Amino acid sequence: MAITIKEPFTKDKFKDLRAGESVLLTGTIYTARDAAHKRITEMIARGEKPPFEIKDSIIYYVGPTPAKPGRPIGSAGPTTSYRMDAYAPELLDLGQLGMIGKGQRSDEVMAAVVRNGAVYFAAIGGAAALMAGCVKEAEVIAFDDLGAEAVRKLYVEDFPVTVVLDPAGGNLYKEGQEAYLASVSE
Amino acid sequence: MREINVDTIKENIARMCIEANHYLDEDLKECMASHLAAEPSEVARNILESIGKNIEIAEEGIFPLCQDTGMACVFMEIGQDVHITGGSLEDAINEGVRQGYTEGYLRKSIVRDPLDRVNTGDNTPAYIHYDIVPGDQVKITVAPKGFGSENMSRIKMFPPSAGEEGVKDFVVETAKLAGANPCPPIVLGVGIGGTFDKAALMAKKALLKPLDKPNESPYYDEMEQELLERINSLGIGPQGFGGRTTALAVNIITAPTHIAGLPVAVNVNCHVSRHKTVVL
Repeated sequence: MAITIKEPFTKDKFKDLRAGESVLLTGTIYTARDAAHKRITEMIARGEKPPFEIKDSIIYYVGPTPAKPGRPIGSAGPTTSYRMDAYAPELLDLGQLGMIGKGQRSDEVMAAVVRNGAVYFAAIGGAAALMAGCVKEAEVIAFDDLGAEAVRKLYVEDFPVTVVLDPAGGNLYKEGQEAYLASVSE
Repeated sequence: MREINVDTIKENIARMCIEANHYLDEDLKECMASHLAAEPSEVARNILESIGKNIEIAEEGIFPLCQDTGMACVFMEIGQDVHITGGSLEDAINEGVRQGYTEGYLRKSIVRDPLDRVNTGDNTPAYIHYDIVPGDQVKITVAPKGFGSENMSRIKMFPPSAGEEGVKDFVVETAKLAGANPCPPIVLGVGIGGTFDKAALMAKKALLKPLDKPNESPYYDEMEQELLERINSLGIGPQGFGGRTTALAVNIITAPTHIAGLPVAVNVNCHVSRHKTVVL
């Protein structure tokens, strides 16, 4: 059964999550991918205020398709996370609570997750039409010129994710694959 | 000489950009269903079922299958007895892509320069490949290619001594290194032989082959089956959470090559292996 977590998102609500658990998130999350991460970290380096409060934020690595009339958003599945590895440890050290994406992360990101009590979630890559239905509101709040890569504030309901990296150092990609191989060799 | 107006080509490309991003072919859906039936892991089956639901939602025509609606790869097979009229063929292809991606609410994912990275705003230019073939028809295939999987593709110039084992190990290693990144279950297109660039082109064309037909060569058909089995013994599974279904299919295309060489290219695609074809 999935664990339901509603905002406000806090370290306390995330601290007991473990790799492999299914979670349904309800609340405000922010979108950012390659170009937005570059700009956000450059703003921070210049001493400027980023487009949203990094502390306790959940960032979804996604560049959605354009919304059709009457819809808040188009298809919205995760993009591959490793491209954000260069930026993620800095943001996690500033208090970012969660990342949603897909695929392996660097050792630096894994260490930053544990060091900060953060969580890396995976959404199902390529199931973007399915996830679009969980996005109830969407608003571009920065970098409109980036199009699909602009920073959006999303309100999501029961957004389905799986814990990949947890605050205790668990890693679903490693453990899940090992568990499967052990189960078929029995 | 038969004449085909560029407007006909443009309209068909615009339509196929939209259709390819919403409707998968039956061979892929059947392939997915047979892998679901053989999948021992419950976690993996749940993901494959979610992917099935995603396909059904996309078929309603409102949300594309994936938010990465791809770089528009357009393959043109032009009969040598056809005369294209009404303007520039290349402009017509790009105009079709522009219309399809704009009117179809598809994502604009192309930047004008690989380093300055300014988005062109209309998903052009397309990647276009032309083949001149006998006859008086034009066959157009539109294959929107996502880059989460494209980024996991590899090419290597082996010495001939690497042989069959070297080629097979490289394909399996590519799937292993890709791991969870390209949204498994994946489809692999493999190009063996030719030149450096020809191998990559064959790998991409191999992704367009039907999944329900055996390779024309019994030798390479057997190799495809063996590679699929080896990849599905790695344990990566759907989304990398563990399971049998890491790959749905492996398709191989080969070409004659040089006495000194053995090029091998592997083009990785995700489970949203999209392409539409029309013959004019």
